[in-house]
Amino acid sequence: MKVLVTVKEVAEVADDFEIEGTEVGERYLEYDLNEWDDYAVEEAVQLKEDGPAEEVVAVTIGPERAEETIRMALAKGADRAVRIWDDVLEEPDLLDVETKTNLLAAVVEEEEPDLVLTGVQSGDDNFGATGVSLADEIGFQWAAVVNALDYDHDEGVAHVHRELEGGVEELTDVELPAVLTIQTGINEPRYASLRGIRQAQSKEIAPKSLADLGLDAGAIESELDLTSMYEPESESDATIFEGDASETAAQLAEVLREKGVAE
Amino acid sequence: MSSDVLAVAEHRRGVLRDVSYELISAGELLADATGGDLHVAIIGGDTEAFADDLNRKGVDYVHTVSEGEEFNHDVHVQAVEALHAEIDPEALVMANSVNGLDYAPAVANSLDLPLVTDAVGLEYDGDLTVTREMYGSKVETTVEVSGDQYAVTFRGGEWPAAEGVGDAEIGEFDVDIDTDTGSSVTGFEEVGGGDVDISEADFIVSIGRGIEEEDNLPLIEDLVEATDATLASSRPIVDSGWLPKNRQVGQSGKVVTPDVYLAIGISGAVQHVAGMKGSDTIIAINTDPNAPIFDIADYGIVGDLFDVVPELIEEFS
Repeated sequence: MKVLVTVKEVAEVADDFEIEGTEVGERYLEYDLNEWDDYAVEEAVQLKEDGPAEEVVAVTIGPERAEETIRMALAKGADRAVRIWDDVLEEPDLLDVETKTNLLAAVVEEEEPDLVLTGVQSGDDNFGATGVSLADEIGFQWAAVVNALDYDHDEGVAHVHRELEGGVEELTDVELPAVLTIQTGINEPRYASLRGIRQAQSKEIAPKSLADLGLDAGAIESELDLTSMYEPESESDATIFEGDASETAAQLAEVLREKGVAE
Repeated sequence: MSSDVLAVAEHRRGVLRDVSYELISAGELLADATGGDLHVAIIGGDTEAFADDLNRKGVDYVHTVSEGEEFNHDVHVQAVEALHAEIDPEALVMANSVNGLDYAPAVANSLDLPLVTDAVGLEYDGDLTVTREMYGSKVETTVEVSGDQYAVTFRGGEWPAAEGVGDAEIGEFDVDIDTDTGSSVTGFEEVGGGDVDISEADFIVSIGRGIEEEDNLPLIEDLVEATDATLASSRPIVDSGWLPKNRQVGQSGKVVTPDVYLAIGISGAVQHVAGMKGSDTIIAINTDPNAPIFDIADYGIVGDLFDVVPELIEEFS
């Protein structure tokens, strides 16, 4: 079985930041592997270590800078990586679900995986839709928001738990080939070992342009346009306690006593 | 194409979920703007009873598809596609829920509709503009949709629940559904049971990412002991395995409504807030004065929990 795992480099925004146009200023951003994808990578690598998967391929959509992040996936055990990028992808402020679906579908066509793992969502634009959209595009079965995965190799079925709201899980059987979107908490993502980091240096990261994937600019045409970005107005009417730690703690303690919950 | 709006309701284990009524409110606003009718679809479950309940003010049609008891994404995809072909609506609106995100992206891709998820606001002036958040609620954005037809998923809790009784036309929508599709729901499981039920607590001390390391947890446990509180947490603490699932407050965990909820090192992501906003008094300790938790807090300390909590323990020893 071959597993394709999608990874995304996402930006985290500093506590204090400024917006420039429709973007957060570059100097306020810190890049990292998307949290959900970290769990998807771990799940893929465990499938290899436990036997069913022969190869784990990581795929990302991102500029050259993203190689640092995708190398983290390689250091944790993915065998090789594909990095999709093209000059035309630098233009839009928002890569919408349709665009990402088209790009990833082209890689699926080349790689022919049996199982695709994605994170449930990305921590930056938070669309939460690419995995299921991709499944429809490539004709795979799917399950969204998976927080337990038990793969039955003989049957070719993934027994999964889907994490619904309110502490309820849905138990679902999904026939492969399939796309599963992976929820945080499904496993404990490993830290890359020094050996893993060393090995990752010699693993392949294949760059792919639109032309390499047999796509033209039509694949990234979007009917969505990010027209503004702003800091939400604070709705806070909280009473903020002033003073040093001991003074603020004393005021807080007073409130707790007034409310009768602590003495 | 019509200027109509098609909203897909959501149910689970015999009850309509609240977001269904909110979709009706949002859908009515949108239908008023487009000048079209509001259609509501209910797929599976006790469709007859659900349809009566969904016939609220502003709804013009309720379409029932009586197939299966529980949500199944293959059934939903086929039914919504067939309804979309019949009604040919300008707007297709769905819930930004776990199940919503299990079928909406497939429908949008299959029908070649632009998809905007997790909408928290909308404006319409001939074109739809959707407000949505990015970077964990640190910024809001507006996304303009230029397509004639589009799909949007709405975040729960952002629109009021539709009320009243409408005069909708209710009817079963006939559609052939292939149920042999390679995905089947085999059951449900309740999680988060165990030694304590945090939803019963009067005073909750809840801890988030700000605690940084598992080794720092005893500090909070000392506070819990000194104040006789109940310990809870946000999701990352449970994901890391530092506390069991039955301590998790939020959308996928427990909903709590204590007299006092003391949030320590919790930024206040929307999924967390969904589980604790009904608390009588909310108090937050956080280093980031812009953290969204302060938007719903009654009292706050902008400061480092590692400075404040030891002082607070001192107050009660």
